[in-house]
Amino acid sequence: MLSKKQLFTRGMLDISPHMLSVIPFGIICGAIGVELGFNPYLVYAMSFIIFGGASQIVFLQLLSGGASSLVAVTSVGIINSRHLLYGAVLSEYLEKLSFIKKLLISYVIVDQGFAESNKFFKKNKSEEYLHYHLIGTGCTMWVCWQIATLSGIILGSFLPEELGLKFAIPLTFIAIVVQDLKKIDHVIVMITCGLSSLLFFDAPFKSYIIISPVIALFVASLLLRLKK
Amino acid sequence: MTLVSIIFAGILTYFTRMTMVALISRDMLGDKIKAILEYVPSAVFPAIIFPGIFINDYGTFIEMNDPKIFGALVAVIVGYFSKNIIATILAGLVSYWFLIFVIFS
Repeated sequence: MLSKKQLFTRGMLDISPHMLSVIPFGIICGAIGVELGFNPYLVYAMSFIIFGGASQIVFLQLLSGGASSLVAVTSVGIINSRHLLYGAVLSEYLEKLSFIKKLLISYVIVDQGFAESNKFFKKNKSEEYLHYHLIGTGCTMWVCWQIATLSGIILGSFLPEELGLKFAIPLTFIAIVVQDLKKIDHVIVMITCGLSSLLFFDAPFKSYIIISPVIALFVASLLLRLKK
Repeated sequence: MTLVSIIFAGILTYFTRMTMVALISRDMLGDKIKAILEYVPSAVFPAIIFPGIFINDYGTFIEMNDPKIFGALVAVIVGYFSKNIIATILAGLVSYWFLIFVIFS
């Protein structure tokens, strides 16, 4: 049985490789905000209040492109609705926690943290303080994200755009799902999701980010029926 | 951009994180739903990966010889065999930089 501290540390270690892409992404996110002409304090406030990289960039892009606040906020909600799916998966491991603890831990559920903690949870179901792993991944992510976006706001235009560091974002997620390429059913689900996201890329409010997972999960349910 | 719209976006985002953890009981999800949820990572992340590779900053499709396609292929191959996240990301970035700064420059 691992202690709370050991689990927290394990979470920090498991998510640390992701910082290689999260930190450049955060720097870009801060720098873009300033370059688009937004108040630096508001650009930073997003990292604290929204705390969701892709949605923050889309929010900035939409508003600078003249979209109404309502459209921008809706778009953030749609992009981040994938957290509903993460929460549904994680709730199995968090159900013993008190309501207050659930409310607090929810704030630090992020893509990379979900991926790493869910992997860990599956292998270590019997651990009593399992949620400390999620706190470890989430807090590491939170601290790095705050520092990275702040640095981006300060660095502003110094970062050469030619580096194309935004490309680190899809690469990060490739690193997360690449091992599932071994399973044919997962490959079918991934291709369905990927192609749908391209097909629906121009759907209003950037809703491809929720339309394509829904289609892919429908295909997954068909595959499950075939398996039986 | 007002602080109010950021706060609304923040509250909405927090609800997407919290609803399934704190408000809705897991018993409401049957075994079938749970089996489907196993596919969540494979069903969500490609929606971030594919547009990040195949669609450029202007929202249009890239050419088939775009360096990003090559970088992504290298990342998939390195990731598949190395099972290492840092190696995967670095392999993709370095091969991408090699193409844009050495070959195409």
